Amino acid sequence: MAGDRPLDLLKQMVLPRRFLEHVDRIEDRRRYRKLWWNSTLLTLFVALLPLIVMTGINHYMYNKTVKNELRFDITRNLFSISRSIEFVIAERHSALSLIMKERTLSELTDHKQLGITLQHLKESFGGFVDLGIIDQNGVQVAYVGPYKLEGINYSDQKSFFESVVRGFYVSEVFTGHRKVPHFVISVKYEVDAHEYYVIRATVDMESLNRMIYIPNMGWSDDIFIVSREGILQTPSRHHGELLKPATIPIPPYSPNAEIIESFKEEESSLVLGYSYIEDTPFILMITKQEENLLASWVRAQTEMIVFLILSAIMILIVVIWSSTRMVQQVRASDLRKTKLLMNVEYTNKMATIGRLAASVAHEINNPLAIINEKAGLLNDLAEFTEEYPNKDKTIKALDSIIKSVERCSRVTHRLLGFTRKMETKHETIDLRNLLSEVMGFLEKEARHRNINVYKDFAEHVPTIESDRSQLQQVFLNIINNAFAAVDRGGKINLIVKPSANKKVEVHIKDNGSGISKENLAHIFEPFFSTKGDFGTGLGLSITYGIVQKLGGTINVESRDGVGTTFIIVLPTEHKVSTEQEL
Amino acid sequence: MSPLKVLLVDDEEMFTEVLAERMETRGLVVDTIDNGKGALKLAKKRSYDAVVLDLAMPEMDGIETLKRLLRNNPNLQVILLTGQASLEKGIEAMKHGAMEFMQKPVDIDALIAKIEVAHDKREQLTELRIEETLTNIMGRKGW
Repeated sequence: MAGDRPLDLLKQMVLPRRFLEHVDRIEDRRRYRKLWWNSTLLTLFVALLPLIVMTGINHYMYNKTVKNELRFDITRNLFSISRSIEFVIAERHSALSLIMKERTLSELTDHKQLGITLQHLKESFGGFVDLGIIDQNGVQVAYVGPYKLEGINYSDQKSFFESVVRGFYVSEVFTGHRKVPHFVISVKYEVDAHEYYVIRATVDMESLNRMIYIPNMGWSDDIFIVSREGILQTPSRHHGELLKPATIPIPPYSPNAEIIESFKEEESSLVLGYSYIEDTPFILMITKQEENLLASWVRAQTEMIVFLILSAIMILIVVIWSSTRMVQQVRASDLRKTKLLMNVEYTNKMATIGRLAASVAHEINNPLAIINEKAGLLNDLAEFTEEYPNKDKTIKALDSIIKSVERCSRVTHRLLGFTRKMETKHETIDLRNLLSEVMGFLEKEARHRNINVYKDFAEHVPTIESDRSQLQQVFLNIINNAFAAVDRGGKINLIVKPSANKKVEVHIKDNGSGISKENLAHIFEPFFSTKGDFGTGLGLSITYGIVQKLGGTINVESRDGVGTTFIIVLPTEHKVSTEQEL
Repeated sequence: MSPLKVLLVDDEEMFTEVLAERMETRGLVVDTIDNGKGALKLAKKRSYDAVVLDLAMPEMDGIETLKRLLRNNPNLQVILLTGQASLEKGIEAMKHGAMEFMQKPVDIDALIAKIEVAHDKREQLTELRIEETLTNIMGRKGW
């Protein structure tokens, strides 16, 4: 206490105004709305982004997988079927080659022998319809089969020419005279450098048609063979009639099986797979409708998107709910914090003021004591001296000095009283009686100023254990303030009623001028006065100190121009609180 | 009745001088001193009905002086008179055996009244002491 200089204390006292800013900030709803938006958007972003990205990746991957599977499926079928066709043709090619190597020309041109050979071929391989031998001039010199084709000249036909040049020829499919689709295989045999002949066999399409088959083929799918000129060689479901041009343009040559996606045909979009069959005019084709292929994919995607939307809605609800709750809690905790801060600031301020008051009082008391003694001495001297001129005047003057010192010392003692931990006496008090007593002191003024005081006391109010004289001081002070606030003919209500948790509430309500919001924040601060020169500014802060010490609380509600209500809540049993030193 | 003997201890000489003069006018015998150490010396040399002691003094403060005074003479009656009147100090002083605690500025008649009380107390104590001593002597076995 000794180290506190009054100036330092003043500085400390003036400093803390921060909590007002806090209150303003809490009242600024925009701040919390912004917090809410920030938290909601950020959480939504963090929660939804991975979900959307994962769905996107899944969408893409699934699409790719489905397409790959499709491609693989088509490629595998193309490969195996074209190999089978190649094999069927190669097999017949080999058979014909073998015949020519095993038999002499004379044997082959012998009609009977040739018939036996055809019979053997039919039995061993099937599909052979007829068999003919053509000489170098292109004349069919021998023939066995259902028609009379002996002696026909093939020299100007492509089949003969191709066989001579390349040694082997497979024709396109044709119906010929028999209206049955078939094709021709012809093989050249060179007897020596100058002599050769060609064996020509007609093979029906059955042997090939059997190969062109995919198990579990969908209705919209198609598999068929076209010639390199684009003529359908086998029946097709969707792409034209047999031996008529196919509705699909011929894709460019490729040694491998190829797939063309999104192949547009009329309105539908196709996946087209094709494979050129080596050494033949045939192109094997498989088509599938893209829509059908992707149907399962589309279904899965729809499910996924529905799932995504449902999840997003749920996340949205949860995020909004939790954000709202969070912001509410933040605001509540801000409020609590501010209240606490206000209390702490207030207590600090009171403590500082207390120390200031003590040190001021102490500094003044010593010189005051000297003045008192000096004046006393003079008084003594005057009184013990014989009559002299103006003796009465001297004594009167000294008397008034001593009285003034007394007044000063009352102020300093009050200041010290403010800081002092008064010993609280415990008496059983009925607050209704106490208030009536206090009103007794003020009755004269009330009557004089025509102020109406209404007592609104509850029927059953518990008595409280507290300090009578200090409570009298508290209520006297507050009611005095109320008197000061109201005009002539004003109204003051005194309300006493029991409160929760073994407490008693006293309301002192006036219809006076009210206190502005700005002043309300400072009302309990020492030296804060709106009465100008008439108030010390200590009354309410002392009141505040006393109520706190008695374990109670004091609050003010006020509206400018409407009036002010002081609410004092006191416990029925006083517990000795740990008081800080003021 | 012999005059009341008082020792005023306060570093404010202006205060002690005047107070002493006024007391003397009222028939008291007064010594003044402005520090604790001097007070201890004086209290050893002479016997006082009361010591009026200030709390805030340089070097040795009031409480310390009080403790030492009472250590030397437990019957001594000490009235604390101070401007720095916090109740804790008062309680502390009482705990250490002060008779009374008063605030400056003080009414001289009130102070003298207390000194009179101090005088009575001291006398009672002295009587009690003599009585005790006598009882002890009388009660001794083998008398």
